[in-house]
Amino acid sequence: MRLTRRDAVAALAAAGVAVGGGATLLSDSPEKSDASPLDDGTVATLVAAAEVLYPSEVEDTEPFVTRYVQRRNADEPDRATAVADTVAYLDEYTDAWFDAAFASLNPADRDDAFRRMGVDTADPDPDGSDVERLRYYVVNELLFALYSSPTGGKLVGLENPRGNPGGLGSYQRGPQS
Amino acid sequence: MSADRDRTPSPRVDVCVIGAGPAGALIAERLADRGHEVVVLEAGREFDFDSRIDRMERSIRPAHGGLSVWEMGGERDAYSSTGEWFYPLNTARVKGVGGSTLHWQGMVMRLHESDFETDSRFGVGDDWPIEYADLKPYYAEGEKVLGVAGASDNPFAPPRDEPHPMPAFEPSYSDSLFAEACENLGVTMHSVPNARNSESYDGDSQCVGYGTCKPVCPSGAKYDATRTIDDAREAGARVIDRVPVQRLHHDDAGETVTAAEYVTPDGTTHRQEAREFVVACGGVETPRLLLLSESSAYPDGLANSSGLVGRYFMDHLFAGTGGVLDERTRQKHVGFLTSGTHQFYDDPTVGTEQGIPAADADRAEMTPMKLEFFNYAGPSPVEMALDGETWGDDLLGELREGYGNSIAMGGLVGQRPRKDSYIGLDPSTTDDHGNPVPEVHWRVDDATERAIRRANDIQRTILEALGAEITWQVGPEDTGPAYHHMGTTRMGTDPTESVVSPRLRTHDLDNCWIAGSSVFVTSGAMNPTLTIAALALKAADHIDDAL
Repeated sequence: MRLTRRDAVAALAAAGVAVGGGATLLSDSPEKSDASPLDDGTVATLVAAAEVLYPSEVEDTEPFVTRYVQRRNADEPDRATAVADTVAYLDEYTDAWFDAAFASLNPADRDDAFRRMGVDTADPDPDGSDVERLRYYVVNELLFALYSSPTGGKLVGLENPRGNPGGLGSYQRGPQS
Repeated sequence: MSADRDRTPSPRVDVCVIGAGPAGALIAERLADRGHEVVVLEAGREFDFDSRIDRMERSIRPAHGGLSVWEMGGERDAYSSTGEWFYPLNTARVKGVGGSTLHWQGMVMRLHESDFETDSRFGVGDDWPIEYADLKPYYAEGEKVLGVAGASDNPFAPPRDEPHPMPAFEPSYSDSLFAEACENLGVTMHSVPNARNSESYDGDSQCVGYGTCKPVCPSGAKYDATRTIDDAREAGARVIDRVPVQRLHHDDAGETVTAAEYVTPDGTTHRQEAREFVVACGGVETPRLLLLSESSAYPDGLANSSGLVGRYFMDHLFAGTGGVLDERTRQKHVGFLTSGTHQFYDDPTVGTEQGIPAADADRAEMTPMKLEFFNYAGPSPVEMALDGETWGDDLLGELREGYGNSIAMGGLVGQRPRKDSYIGLDPSTTDDHGNPVPEVHWRVDDATERAIRRANDIQRTILEALGAEITWQVGPEDTGPAYHHMGTTRMGTDPTESVVSPRLRTHDLDNCWIAGSSVFVTSGAMNPTLTIAALALKAADHIDDAL
């Protein structure tokens, strides 16, 4: 199932980012916004994380995540710093255990890295330990983006997931497949 | 518009309203609109509307506790729960401009005629000193102000003279699954009135389906009292936030309130003087403020010569049953209800010829109930994902397994008033200003517990007729409150048996009025806010007369 620009807009709306930016997001250019303080390496690592966190039937993860994280962190330097610091921790961890940056690992090793560090059972906490912040700023951030979007919802049969202003039509309709 | 940055008092005004929830807001708006000078003092702060999407995210993501959505908790909001059942007070309220309507569900039904006459009709509880007919025009006006979407398809509702201001929301797909089972059982389904815009209303958006109505509506399509506060300001009222009132002062004779003493965020104490005072702080903080305002003339608390301030604390109790169907049920698309049944409200003991057995009990042995058909049964996929211990294809498999087939009914059961259920003061713990915190001593009676069991029985019968596998039930053993605080400054004609008169003025003080659910004599089983609005509009008329 293909993630679209509209999914990114919807996910950003659920995350409190002004949908007025939607016009820009719906343009053809997926390049990062001038205001985004995330560097390319950080964005690439987040995309690599999403490739593991998202189910295999999701397509076009890279442009979706790029749009989402750039816009999400634009004009929020504290959040962007926290995301970058957390991603740096992730790379330090995989450097120590796998001799490579996270984004350079194959998907199986990325999955293994997450589980080794205990992110699967960690409490998401923006002010917590390294792993708890990783769960908050990377894992849950990316899962929130996917499953609050219409395409993420459709994966489980819910076109209008919580957080998405999807209107008053879908609740009246019967199953779509 | 935002709250007044200048927190010094106004020169003596006509009306000082304490509390900027729906009751206080409505009175402030009505009286300011009639040319009176009004100051509203609110303990909490004014929240920026644009922050609501951030608050919605907090409500969805597990890292942020529920209390953080509207910034409840801490020393300011400390309390004690000492009753037979724990009472989660801070989950049950919001302090701020708009009050608890900021996080409410938005269901707005009128009480039934029987709720005003439980003693006369059933020999239990007490009669109100007013009848449904007295409130009927105020209910209609309240529906206009709150913006109610509803339909006249409820054969069990009390009489009304006009349609709702907006059409009801269309039934859900899930409702259609219940419809055949209910028809076969002789149970009549009907729409649920919502204080939520089914179409654009008075400049506010139609509902856009965020699905997080409770605890936050980011679009503003659900009514909250900030709308009325805005109207009050436009009419000339002054609204000051973050100024918790510490006590009320009275004259030497103990006949009139002279000033409300409040504290600003920088710790400065001020007194707001007024001709009339309205206490509209909800069913817990209203009696607490009166109790904190004890004096030599009122050693047991202001306006408390009856000894009943804080007594008869009531709430509604939840009864629910749920399970799974072997087909998709389409839950969680919206966060509100579209269908219910009030067939068992006036007499929960009645059955139907088609399959709901009558209860083996008299009407007097049970309290009223209303039943609802959920549109949000079972888990939310996004919240399951954020709480999960896996990801990728495994997580998607878990979500598909967990979401999609849930079905459930809920309902509220009324509680009978009892004197030993009360709000008091706990002097062993103090708040951020050194005042004793509220003590919530909540007790529930046997009739209420019987009604919860009865609600469960009806729910189970309907769900089984639907073919559901029942997987959970919330009954008397594990029920909880619906966060509707009622009864703690009850209305009556006898000053020894009540705190306020039918005009909503305290028996003891000539210029002290109380607005809100604390004046309810019985709870009914309907969500209280429409009745709060109706009573506030009634009180506004009486205060206007007094001025």
